[in-house]
Amino acid sequence: MTLPTPTARREAPNPLMERAAALRGSGGMAAVRGVAPVLVALAVGLLLHFAIAPQLPEFYPRVILDIGINVILAVSLTMVNGFTGQFSMGHAAFMAVGAYTAATLVYYGSARLMGTADFASARAHAGVLSTMLQGREAAFFTLGDGIFIVALLAGGIAAAVCGYLVGLPSLRLRGDYLAIVTLGFGEIVRVIIQSQTTDTLYDVEVIKATPWPKLMRYMGGPVGFTGLPSYTSLFWVWSLTVVTLVVAFRLKVSTFGRAFLSIREDEIAAEAMGVRTTTYKVRAFVIAAFFAGIAGGLYAHTIGIQLNAGELAFMKSFDIIIMVVLGGMGSISGAAIAAGILTVLPEALRRPPPVDLPWFLLVMAAAWVAALLLIRRPKWWLIAVTALGAAYAWWQQPTLASPLMFWTVAGSGVLILLFAGRRVPGLIGLAIAVTCYIGVRSAAERAGIKLSDYRMVLYALALILMMILRPQGFFGVRELWTAWRVQPLHPRRSRAEGGESGTAGRVPTA
Amino acid sequence: MDGVAVGSLYALIALGYTMVYGILQFINFAHGDVFVLGAWVSFAAAGAVGLSVGDQTAVPAWLVWLLGAVSAGALAAALYEFVLRPRLGAGRPPATRLTWPLAGVSVVGWGTLLLLVATRGVVAGGSHTIAGGMILVLAMSTCGLVGFCLERLAYKPLRSAPRLNVLITAIGVSLLLQNLGQLEWMFGTRPDRMPTLVPDTVLFRIGHVPVRLVDVMVVATALVLMVLLDWLVFRTKMGRAMRAVSFSPTNAALMGVDVDKVISFTFVLGSVLAAAAGFLYGQKYPGLNQTAAAGWVLLGLKAFVAAVIGGIGNIRGAMLGGLLIGLLEFFAVQYVPEGASLRDIFVFGALILVLLVRPSGVLGKAVTEKV
Repeated sequence: MTLPTPTARREAPNPLMERAAALRGSGGMAAVRGVAPVLVALAVGLLLHFAIAPQLPEFYPRVILDIGINVILAVSLTMVNGFTGQFSMGHAAFMAVGAYTAATLVYYGSARLMGTADFASARAHAGVLSTMLQGREAAFFTLGDGIFIVALLAGGIAAAVCGYLVGLPSLRLRGDYLAIVTLGFGEIVRVIIQSQTTDTLYDVEVIKATPWPKLMRYMGGPVGFTGLPSYTSLFWVWSLTVVTLVVAFRLKVSTFGRAFLSIREDEIAAEAMGVRTTTYKVRAFVIAAFFAGIAGGLYAHTIGIQLNAGELAFMKSFDIIIMVVLGGMGSISGAAIAAGILTVLPEALRRPPPVDLPWFLLVMAAAWVAALLLIRRPKWWLIAVTALGAAYAWWQQPTLASPLMFWTVAGSGVLILLFAGRRVPGLIGLAIAVTCYIGVRSAAERAGIKLSDYRMVLYALALILMMILRPQGFFGVRELWTAWRVQPLHPRRSRAEGGESGTAGRVPTA
Repeated sequence: MDGVAVGSLYALIALGYTMVYGILQFINFAHGDVFVLGAWVSFAAAGAVGLSVGDQTAVPAWLVWLLGAVSAGALAAALYEFVLRPRLGAGRPPATRLTWPLAGVSVVGWGTLLLLVATRGVVAGGSHTIAGGMILVLAMSTCGLVGFCLERLAYKPLRSAPRLNVLITAIGVSLLLQNLGQLEWMFGTRPDRMPTLVPDTVLFRIGHVPVRLVDVMVVATALVLMVLLDWLVFRTKMGRAMRAVSFSPTNAALMGVDVDKVISFTFVLGSVLAAAAGFLYGQKYPGLNQTAAAGWVLLGLKAFVAAVIGGIGNIRGAMLGGLLIGLLEFFAVQYVPEGASLRDIFVFGALILVLLVRPSGVLGKAVTEKV
């Protein structure tokens, strides 16, 4: 038998290539793949903006809007911290760059193009798409909207350029040093913005007479950029959120994204396999910075927000990092869900949710049972204690909403999370945590303790406990749809553990 | 002179960052908050001994109860360990890991309270300078306790966890300390004024730079503490153990070093120095902001920058880095136009420059990574 000559091998049909070609599809398929996410994004945005938001009580649309912005931020940081395993601590700085670029363009751009910087007047105001106010009569799409979307993109691009400039030198550093440099960069951005003059120009004639480079200095400095129009609406936020999510998912499964993941798993091995690690890290950094910039632009024009660089300092960066780590390093859906929870949680701690919800407790009880059965070696004593406690509570007062029932439920939840937290599947763990919270809340209310005073303390405690009990985050590196699987108790230890790369507990990729 | 004084404070805080990093390879973000705690504890202590200009604060009752509970726990554990366990026979698990920490905490805690009472007597006697020294010791022992508890409760369970998790935990601890300090029954949300213990006199002038008594006191205290630390780390058995653990925890453990004990000791040492820095900072700048104010966090970050510039993990480097950062900052304020608002840029710019040119810091050794 003779070996095939090199030419013969080249001509032989390659099954892998064929499969790839089939998957890639025809030109028409590619076009659908390209357009579909945009359509979905627009549909989600329109649906939220016109159909769902008017139905909700006053406060909720704003929270949904904040969730959207935070999801964009968390998912974009996932591309750096989660995919490539680099540790960036200056994400809020990119947000600030985007925010200030967009704000300057919108404010001074509107003044130049529309001849007014007074956004309370109808002439300069954008159409119905770009307002959170209900029932306003306006055109569907106006010049203001156009300026806004251009400014958002410009903000994203400015942030991306910054990301490139910062990333190129600093991504050669590894591990903690990169974290420190990005932290320093974030502070520098903040100080530069805050050291500008405190004024904002109001007079249209003055604005028209001032050249753009000089206008860039009038951003409010330490006082904050005042007088910005509140264009950010549920439509813009959630359309862009969907776009971000789609980009992130497609990135993760692309060749490009595999290179990112390989850097996270083992930088040296990746380099040995021909991945130019610095190049790829810079790319991840730039993409992440772009989306952070867009989120910044959205944030700047949110109603009730006074754009101030002090708000976009390291504490904001930490907030985003916490979302990424809680969600699970590299899990896009995890980061998005964590962003949602961490946005709602402080608000929920501020306003007590209704506690007398028997159906809610029933759902939670189901989660409980599932958790107890799913951990590989069920803690029988735990089940027994919970069952006994619940039975006793029922015997005392045959309702699901009695204080004793709450105590039992909350207590057993704490026990489950303490003893089996690492092995409970992500979603169920979440459900249990929520119930615990409701139980504690109601118990505290009955004891006359005002929990809202302790909200940040509780938040910090929850964070510490979460890190100790469930170091891999809600979902580990998995996504929502694979997260129901039981996590292994001892994730495979990587060789680099405790060494250079700063990734979270590694569990085999789903 | 401000630069030297603040620089030596940065150095004191930076030492804590650098020691913890040297041993555990993680950035202890909560360290800056221990420093803040030190400042506020010394304020509270000054109030409790009757030095405060404003409202008098007594020792909160819950603190005494907590201490009592810990002591009771220690007593119970000791009873079990030394009386009950020998009687019951072998096979019962030993409780030494519980007994000694609890006993240590209660002894230091009661000692601190006793010192408080003693200081009250000294203040009544009218000697404010001695009282100042005693308050310093009070703040140091309190923060040492806090540092010990933090390490045991928050960081020790994460010893084998990925470093990012430890980092997030540190951020969580930092948030916890900040917001606990803001509660009404702790220090509240209002800024307060630290009573100054030395008169505001200019001792002498170098050129046209006045040298104040406060500056001399700050620098001298910081120097004494740093010399003590240097002796501790480079001349004693514990110091040798610390250096061994930072070199390689596994090998140190194999050579018979109790790694957990060394790590706890390091945390206590760092917290004690941070508390001293907090007290001295309160003397230099008496206006104390609420514990979660952004200014505090920035101070902690700058101290951390100092540690990095000196070469993180390097103790003498941290001292040098602290002084460098302090001088840089105040020279910038003095000689650069608009320097006052741009001072942070110089600090963080220096950080980035040092990291790009010499990532291991001024005094650090380059570590080659083996494949």
